[in-house]
Amino acid sequence: MLVSLEWLKEYVQIQDLTPAQLAEKITRSGIEVDAVIDRANGMEKVVVGHVVSKEKHPEADKLNICQVDVGEESLQQIICGAPNVDAGQKVIVARPGAHLPGGIKIKKAKLRGHESNGMICSLQELGIEGKLVPKAYAEGIYVLPADTEVGSDALALLGLRDTVLELGLTPNRSDALSMLGVAYEVGAILSAEVTYPTATYTTSSEKAQDVLQLRVEDTTANPMYVAKVVKNVKIAESPRWLQNRLMAAGIRPHNNVVDVTNYILMEYGQPLHAFDYDSLATGEIVVRKAAEGEKITTLDDQERTLKATDLVITNGKEPVAIAGVMGGANSEVTESTTTVVIESAYFDGLTVRQTSRHLGLRSDSSARFEKGVDPNRVLAAADRAAALLAELAGGEVLEGMCIVDELDKAPARVVVSPDFINERLGMKISLEEMLSILERLKFDVEAANGLLIIDAPTRRQDIKIEEDIVEEIARLYGYDEIPMTLPEGANQAGSLTAYQATRRVVRNFMEGAGLYQAVTYSLTSEALSQRFALKAESVTRLLMPMSEERSTLRQSLIPHLIEAAAYNVARQADGVALYEIGSVFLGQSAEGQPYEEEHVAAVLTGKWLDHAWQGEKKAVDFFVLKGIVEGVVGKLGLTERISFVKAEVDGLHPGRTASILLDGTQVGIIGGLHPAEQKAWGVKDTYVMEMNLVALLQAVTEEAPLSYTAVPRFPAMSRDIALIMNRATPAGEVLAVIEKAGVKLLKDVHVFDVYEGDKMEAGKKSVAFSLTYFDPERTLTDEEVVAAHTKVLKAIATIEGTEVR
Amino acid sequence: MEEQLKQLEQEALAKIEASTNLKELNEVRVAYLGKKGPITDLLKGMGKLSAEERPKMGALVNTVREHVTTVLEEKAVVLEEAAIAEQLANESIDVTLPGRTIKVGNRHPLTRVIEEIEDLFIGMGYEIAEGPEVEKDYYNFEALNLPKGHPARDMQDSFYISEEILLRTHTSPVQARTMEAKQGEPIRIICPGKVFRRDNDDATHSHQFMQIEGLVIGENIRMSDLKGTLDTLAKKMFGADREIRLRPSFFPFTEPSVEMDISCFKCGGTGCNVCKKTGWIEILGAGMVHPNVLEMAGYDAKKVSGFAFGIGAERIAMLKYGVDDIRHFYTNDTRFLSQFERTEA
Repeated sequence: MLVSLEWLKEYVQIQDLTPAQLAEKITRSGIEVDAVIDRANGMEKVVVGHVVSKEKHPEADKLNICQVDVGEESLQQIICGAPNVDAGQKVIVARPGAHLPGGIKIKKAKLRGHESNGMICSLQELGIEGKLVPKAYAEGIYVLPADTEVGSDALALLGLRDTVLELGLTPNRSDALSMLGVAYEVGAILSAEVTYPTATYTTSSEKAQDVLQLRVEDTTANPMYVAKVVKNVKIAESPRWLQNRLMAAGIRPHNNVVDVTNYILMEYGQPLHAFDYDSLATGEIVVRKAAEGEKITTLDDQERTLKATDLVITNGKEPVAIAGVMGGANSEVTESTTTVVIESAYFDGLTVRQTSRHLGLRSDSSARFEKGVDPNRVLAAADRAAALLAELAGGEVLEGMCIVDELDKAPARVVVSPDFINERLGMKISLEEMLSILERLKFDVEAANGLLIIDAPTRRQDIKIEEDIVEEIARLYGYDEIPMTLPEGANQAGSLTAYQATRRVVRNFMEGAGLYQAVTYSLTSEALSQRFALKAESVTRLLMPMSEERSTLRQSLIPHLIEAAAYNVARQADGVALYEIGSVFLGQSAEGQPYEEEHVAAVLTGKWLDHAWQGEKKAVDFFVLKGIVEGVVGKLGLTERISFVKAEVDGLHPGRTASILLDGTQVGIIGGLHPAEQKAWGVKDTYVMEMNLVALLQAVTEEAPLSYTAVPRFPAMSRDIALIMNRATPAGEVLAVIEKAGVKLLKDVHVFDVYEGDKMEAGKKSVAFSLTYFDPERTLTDEEVVAAHTKVLKAIATIEGTEVR
Repeated sequence: MEEQLKQLEQEALAKIEASTNLKELNEVRVAYLGKKGPITDLLKGMGKLSAEERPKMGALVNTVREHVTTVLEEKAVVLEEAAIAEQLANESIDVTLPGRTIKVGNRHPLTRVIEEIEDLFIGMGYEIAEGPEVEKDYYNFEALNLPKGHPARDMQDSFYISEEILLRTHTSPVQARTMEAKQGEPIRIICPGKVFRRDNDDATHSHQFMQIEGLVIGENIRMSDLKGTLDTLAKKMFGADREIRLRPSFFPFTEPSVEMDISCFKCGGTGCNVCKKTGWIEILGAGMVHPNVLEMAGYDAKKVSGFAFGIGAERIAMLKYGVDDIRHFYTNDTRFLSQFERTEA
């Protein structure tokens, strides 16, 4: 909402506040002033000139040499390139030394050898947006009426010596979508009275009902409709002041009839529409729901296809306007119009909103109806329109009006106790102070039995409940006056849940292990949505994605992590290590909500270790990432329950991929990116993993509480075994056999050497294990160790193709 | 014999003097003082002496032996010191060469901001509540006093999955779910999480971002409690000398509603480019929970009241760390991420 202060002052006194001070007061009490716009913007030396003569520039086809009277003794020669400049016109002249918006400074100059003392201006050159300039002058200079005084200040004439406040309105304050609404708000802030506009006119003896029939078929969607008829209007340009105010409000002037409807739209917040009576052709107005598929061409020359939920104004036969949204081209007021039907109506907000949405058509009217106009201004606005048409277009207003009125115009009653207001605010505002504030707001208020009985004016559709009054009192009393306290009452100990606390442990571990936390988008392309998924489920896709790239919810964190790694590699990172904790979206419940599961994933690529001057360098490999997985699993106390088995996952290296199992059930994957994938993403040596964090953290809760075991007092004994075994046999299988051999004294076994080189027989490898035997109660004898070790060797002998070296 | 002894002593002392390391010195010790050495031999030969000479000679041998031992031990100390000095000289390194880097990552700046706020409120008795990113229209809008067709729904154009399911546009549905679950009990929660709005990604907009909301419900919760709580938050996040101011605003789920500004942390209120010359920076929206929201969740709005606030993690991080483009948070450039490693006191 753009509020011209010159216009606002017609309704309310602004005292001696500067525009900036007024803006600050308005902002602090409830309506945010987004900008304070000085329309003159530093412009000076812009005057009215009279083009006395015009001749073609001898050197340039498109230029004219004009002799212009600017109210001085001698004529000024000005060269003008506008196509519409002509002798006899009154025009806007920027004199040498003038500053115009956009940093333009006017100087005496020579254009193709001829002197030019200034510039004849278009409205755009004075900083008025092109879309607000009347169509006739959109492509050239602006021409003023013949009776304009030469040499006078053009800025004052054009209403540019004015300041406009741009209000950023929240949806509840639709009352401030009108100059009167803003006047009431300012009046409440400054304790100033509001002067209401008058509407006096004489009527002809002819009656509106005699020339026009009105029928409303749906009084739920259209509870009130008023039509007034004005004959013998003379279509012309509106007077200067009206055009100036419309442009200040961001509306393009058209002609006096259309401008009057727009003026009242801005003044009262009541949208009006003017029909050309003769184009209606039937002398009839019928408001009804549209037929499905019915068509209408709107004022913007677009053909619109309607739905059965849309409300239309018809001439009894075909639509002539979409109710509350836009008029039809078939009944538009044109230069030849003589009789005008003025519509002032109340249309249901939801109906207008639905129509406006499905047509993708928003207008100043629809914006107001959607939020609810003041029921008590429908009639007043129609009267004001009639008065202005009589005054500005010489129209004869027919007596009476066509009216359907089933609209509830009663104010909302709110009963609230002053104590409630003070308790809710944590303040002690006196009853007198509260009454004074409500008085300033022009709310009808009565104090009785310790209660405030308030009738809120219907312009304030947002005032319905006690809390609304709390806000009104507080905002006008001043939010700065509210003290600062902290909630009272029983204090509880705040804490993270076990899940949240353990998730932080996982984060800490991953970061300690050298990985940066990444945050990537939940939305991805449908093509990537199921890639690397632990278990792919049916996808969840947006109804109306903004792009295919962000159309579908992800089922794995890995694709976006690879993308992030590739992004870094493309920017010369030689090693990247990232992890992410985030949700994946799997399948849908019966109600259509996807199942969300929090996962932890990581990507490692390129260099891992680098200690240059000592000549140490190591690229990432499978075991670096596996070590990190084992580390986090160990931190969670799940080492014994986690195992790795070889697996195949689309997109991962078939020889370097494992499933991560928790108690034998898959909870994750780990693997090297397939060479073809690496090429496609533009990365090398890349390893990824993803685990179901929910399953892991659930498993943590099943673990017994931490308890101490005695620090060993007796020495352990170790024995090594070197095996020649089939290359295809995983070392893990041997470990499993050893662990299952049932040797109680065996405390630890681990691989300490693997050899697969060319000294081995084909298909064989050498793997060495170190075994530790230990008894917490005593030192073991050689005989006991030999017996235990023999049992282990026996178990190993059962593995096919395996022999002890 | 005495002559012989003197000569041996001279020889031994000369060899001790000539020793350049502990090994040579040890050879001297073995050669002269060992069991097979000449002094021992001399002692063995004392049987041939007369009874008067024997104690005299014995004393003399012992004197020589003690003297040689003393000199030798003194020399040993000197040589040992020399040996250590030499070892130290050999082992000297260039301490200015870089150490072996310990590879560490760090939290994403958004997580850093969220955890900082979580921890502040945990200290004030709050719990952390989380909920799904894909929500029912009911929890995202309707339960928050935003029925279908409400004009305020335009404020946050949404990504719908179906008529009834959408990507949540704020973390308020977590508040609605918590209220429903708590069945009239008092509540103090912080709700962090990802939210989504139909915005084209640019320097100041992101279709996905992080929100942190707070909700307190109980008997006699006042607007002054909201103001005091927000003041605590502002001082924690932006410094103890920050001031706050509240401005009236509108949210369908709160009444009264406010926006909170903090005094500019860069210029302190005199006006600069961070606060656009106003001295104040808009930080968050808040308000007293709308009675309709309480009633929808089964609370008696006559008996209890509450406040709620919502804050954008990106906005906080951008202001706090001077980040100029919201997209940095989602490209995961390690040159960006690694800047949030160090601890702030």
